[in-house]
Amino acid sequence: MPDITIYSAKKIITMNPSRPEASHVAVRDGRILGAGTLEEMATWGEHTLDTRFADKVILPGFVEGHAHAMEGSLWAKVYCGWFDRSDPDGKLWKGAKSVDVVVERLREAGEALADASEPISGWQLDPIYMDNIKVSRADLDRVSTERPVGVLHASGHIMNVNSRALELAGLLKAGVNHPGIPLGEDGLPTGELKGPDAMTPVGEHVGFARSLLDADEEGLRNFAKLCVRTGTTTITDLASRMDPETVEMMLRVTGGKNYPVCLVPLRFFMGLSAAELIKEVKSLKARSTERLRMGRIKVVADGSIQGFSARLRWPGYHNGAENGLWYIAPDHLAELYERALEAGLQIHTHTNGDQATQLALDKLAPALQKHPNPDHRFTLQHCQLADGAQFRQAAKLGMCVNLFANHHFYWGDEHYNLTVGPDRAMRMNAARTALDAGLVVAVHSDAPITPLGPLFTAWGAVTRITASGRVQGEEERITVEEALRAITLGAAHTLHMDGEIGSIETGKRADFAILEEDPTEVDAVALKDVPIWGTVQGGRIFAAADL
Amino acid sequence: MSERLPVTVIGGYLGAGKTTLVNHLLRSADGLKLAVLVNEFGALAIDEDLIEAQEDDLISIAGGCVCCSFGSDLTAALLEMGAREPRPDHVVIEASGVAMPRAIAANVGLQDGFRLAGIVVLADSETIRAQAVDDYLGDTVLRQLADADLVVQTKVDLVETTGATAGWLEDHAPNATVLQAEQGRVPRDVLLGLETTLVTTVTPEPTAHADAGFESAVFTPYAGCDAEKLARALATGDYGVVRAKGFVHGAGGEVLLIQTVGQRYDVMPFAREMPAEIVCIGLKERLAVERLEELFSQGYT
Repeated sequence: MPDITIYSAKKIITMNPSRPEASHVAVRDGRILGAGTLEEMATWGEHTLDTRFADKVILPGFVEGHAHAMEGSLWAKVYCGWFDRSDPDGKLWKGAKSVDVVVERLREAGEALADASEPISGWQLDPIYMDNIKVSRADLDRVSTERPVGVLHASGHIMNVNSRALELAGLLKAGVNHPGIPLGEDGLPTGELKGPDAMTPVGEHVGFARSLLDADEEGLRNFAKLCVRTGTTTITDLASRMDPETVEMMLRVTGGKNYPVCLVPLRFFMGLSAAELIKEVKSLKARSTERLRMGRIKVVADGSIQGFSARLRWPGYHNGAENGLWYIAPDHLAELYERALEAGLQIHTHTNGDQATQLALDKLAPALQKHPNPDHRFTLQHCQLADGAQFRQAAKLGMCVNLFANHHFYWGDEHYNLTVGPDRAMRMNAARTALDAGLVVAVHSDAPITPLGPLFTAWGAVTRITASGRVQGEEERITVEEALRAITLGAAHTLHMDGEIGSIETGKRADFAILEEDPTEVDAVALKDVPIWGTVQGGRIFAAADL
Repeated sequence: MSERLPVTVIGGYLGAGKTTLVNHLLRSADGLKLAVLVNEFGALAIDEDLIEAQEDDLISIAGGCVCCSFGSDLTAALLEMGAREPRPDHVVIEASGVAMPRAIAANVGLQDGFRLAGIVVLADSETIRAQAVDDYLGDTVLRQLADADLVVQTKVDLVETTGATAGWLEDHAPNATVLQAEQGRVPRDVLLGLETTLVTTVTPEPTAHADAGFESAVFTPYAGCDAEKLARALATGDYGVVRAKGFVHGAGGEVLLIQTVGQRYDVMPFAREMPAEIVCIGLKERLAVERLEELFSQGYT
């Protein structure tokens, strides 16, 4: 007879509507036997009573439905963000509040490097908060004139580099003619590189090779540490190229005895024809394991709103900028939807602008008529600008939405003032409207774009507070209970995993987030500050303090 | 230093005929080693009878040509092609249906070993005008046309309104020459430009392009002429020139290479001694040979 462990807790919030709260949860074989009172759980027979969580609050392990394993890889570089952020080892990096601080931090990192030609790489710079100053190569030349230096912005779409980096890329010359490479008064590039096209040729010289999008082993381990620290037990890597070596590595790493999280990588659509993509993803699906769930597709329909590359419907951008770009041809999207429905595979589609969302809706409807599948759960990722009609249509079509709920905090003021203007900024990531339309809603961090932290993301949906402290779109706020559901059952639902995770009830995997306080008892504005002890994943216990 | 590798970008929305055009180009490469970069290998990317071998993302094609899928990293694929042995003579990038050709051209311009030979945008006679007013596609196809040096109007045999659409295309592609083609049948030299090495060794026969509705003529620019002004006149003047390429002897005796496509022109120093000769290709009966003679002999100021 296998061992049964019964955990006691101050409170267990189960997300199971039949039994919303409990004091004890019984676990056997990494799965939940049940949640209830000690007496009820004891009916399962011989057991060990484990009281280590007696003063903690247990929730279902959090599910992050839109993140990138790159979050783990980036911590090998120098954090240059405006906001305080914790690294995988739990060290808190204070926000860098000026270019001088950024330069100093990079310089110190350079001193620790042995090889004199090794690049210095930083990430998460956000000059928006520094009065939008332009960082120049002269600034980064103060870090080093010998080593190439590059700093990626928080948006992921801009990079600043020093003179040496430009030189190595052959771009420290007059006559460079590229929309993403502004020139200074001297006719030479300023060191600002806008957009992937401009970043790519220099990126490889400063430690940002294109392959960074693909998880590396160290990054995947760091990613998992961040999961434990944030109460996350299932997480997506939402746009992986999944080349054979990466898949092998993922299988090996996640299969390790102490790997603390279930990883759900989605195959990025680019680089294969629709037919080949379906074939490949089908074969990946068959290779899934307990902790590596493959077999889903990620499509990107448009760009980003703050980068003015998202596709907007009338009246377009508030500042009059030209409409954004399609990252997939509309007919290609239609073909992918049809083929995936036919093959029984799921597609998550990145749509930031409301025109991109409309395209996804318009293309899915006829594809569903051809290949009806009432439980497809195709998910709109970000879906930031959708209005009520679009949410209602998405619900009718059987779609899910995963909203970028903490975006308001980081870029809400920018959207209000510049990109979409006051009215549409209010409705961005309209979680209230989406729920009222009958949709299953998840919320996400898009880590590393914003920090991994489901409770923080939930706080974003509950408060809609911007960096300047305004509440933006108070009508679109949701309750703490709704937000907690979004980061557990909601996100699990978007992955067709709500039958095995997302709540604490009989038969599900023993995945718990172990909290020091009750998130339903604290002030809503303090939701993000609820301390997290660690996780239980598949019955295995991971204390953040022991990582 | 070897000459920079010429790159032609082929754009246009899905169904415009890019694949047909590329296949025709490969069929008529005529000894030119082409490296074709495609977004991905679709079911019908390359006609099967042209394929000699295929491994992963590279297809070897009869006549020394290759075709490579670049997925999400065009720059890497471009550099790889530049480093190939034997070196290709010309790189052709088949852009994705929603890509902005000018943006791709700008990326090509960042790489030292390459130069832009032209942007060709395809437009389907049957659908282009509907696409131009489509909510989703309108601005995309119009931006593509605005980027073009050459517009190839395809499927002209299928519709009766070809003429009207041609006029419409000229309005929406102000920097381009508009050509019509069936089944992608545009002569290689028109599409890619004349190969430098061929200019003076092969005198185009008057009938060389006749079957496709083109004609060409060779002119001798007088010594010491202003190459920049000549190139501009060929590209923007009303001479019916679709493509021009050749050499001019400048005031100091230096050899300059002139190339034009649509309204784009390029003048650069050339390291070797070359006779002063320029080949012009134009639409049959539209190439103003006499006025060109005048231009070349009397000068242009």
